[in-house]
Amino acid sequence: MNIDSIQNGIVIDHIAAGRGMQLYHLLHLDQLDCSVAIIKNVHSKKMGRKDIIKVDAAIDVDIDAIGYVDPNATVNIIRDGKLAEKRDICLPEQLVNVIRCKNPRCISTTEQELPQVFILTDRKKGVYRCRYCETKAER
Amino acid sequence: MKRSLIDILDLSVEELDELVTKAQDIMANPAKYAHKCDGKKLATMFYEPSTRTRLSFEAAMYELGGNVLSVASAASSSAAKGESVADTAKMISCYADILAMRHPKEGAPLVAAMNATIPVVNAGDGGHNHPTQTLADLLTIHCEKGRFDNLTIGLCGDLKFGRTVHSLIAAMCRYPGVKFVLISPTELKLPSYVKTEHIKPSGHTYEQTTDLESVMPELDVLYMTRVQKERFFNEEDYLRLKDSYILTPDKLKNAKKDLIIMHPLPRVNEISVAVDNDPRACYFKQALYGKFMREALILKLLEVE
Repeated sequence: MNIDSIQNGIVIDHIAAGRGMQLYHLLHLDQLDCSVAIIKNVHSKKMGRKDIIKVDAAIDVDIDAIGYVDPNATVNIIRDGKLAEKRDICLPEQLVNVIRCKNPRCISTTEQELPQVFILTDRKKGVYRCRYCETKAER
Repeated sequence: MKRSLIDILDLSVEELDELVTKAQDIMANPAKYAHKCDGKKLATMFYEPSTRTRLSFEAAMYELGGNVLSVASAASSSAAKGESVADTAKMISCYADILAMRHPKEGAPLVAAMNATIPVVNAGDGGHNHPTQTLADLLTIHCEKGRFDNLTIGLCGDLKFGRTVHSLIAAMCRYPGVKFVLISPTELKLPSYVKTEHIKPSGHTYEQTTDLESVMPELDVLYMTRVQKERFFNEEDYLRLKDSYILTPDKLKNAKKDLIIMHPLPRVNEISVAVDNDPRACYFKQALYGKFMREALILKLLEVE
């Protein structure tokens, strides 16, 4: 299967297999006009299987959202067809407006313009809790 | 710097000890504190029904010489017109020196604290936190048992939605030698995160059971709770579970002589009225202790010496 290489854009590589679509939605890539490729279940020597996302435009991506979905993913910035920059990804201490609280009793469901904030409460297990009601984020 | 109390864990163990000491001094010397808050105003915003907590806050402020501004319900406030919690908090900061807020939405007092310029006290946010009830519980335990450490604490009833239970466990986990006995129907078991994030990391032990009488002889403290109708989406579940545990004099036959029986109140029928005359029943004293603890808290947050 061939996917054209990109001239100027972003490649998010080494995403755990099956999490590519979640990341696609969290990064709001569906709202872009440019070409976006989601490649699922690619063979990987290191990971067995992985997902890759290629975005054919130099956009700013939310590194925290990538870290939340998979802190082992890699972000490569491509300029003039060459790898220009690599971004480090880690599990962020907090997520702002990345995911929404699903607790119907949470103030964030009704309060106007309140940012959706989640705090990392267990780094080992990657557990995030809503800052307001402490409900655990469901992955 | 402005301090608020949203979660019981906002207070360090040292600060809790300091509040307990202060509350005991207020109990012993009320006249010394009668004018400490002269000219200060407490605003109470209760968007959910409350008798005890609101009156306790108001009585506490009056006994310190302060005044109270009160909005009794959401229906009579600007919330009914759609005002946000953030705007309400900013507005109240113009009129009062300290705000006590109860709100059905979890996290609302935190949002108020983020926007207010005055200290905010969480007086209960949905099924989430109720730190001043925990302060009342802690003072009760300290006054009646003389210590916080080396106690076996039985928590009985609705351990799933019972916010006072979660906060009390979080607070008591910070003292050594505490053992928790969790007594509830299977459907109302303590949420696993309270065990994994509070009890287990602290190294304390716990036991889970559905049988109150079998564990009664080992308890130093029995904390009864009400199955709360307002926490259920489904009335059938509420009706099925509401009478799971009813404490009667008969069930106390094998209890320790120095057991203390606590309840955050209101009681519906989970403690028989016949238990009220038992010297081990502490739940009405607990309400009184709550007032002194709120006095101590108001003094601390207003930075009154």
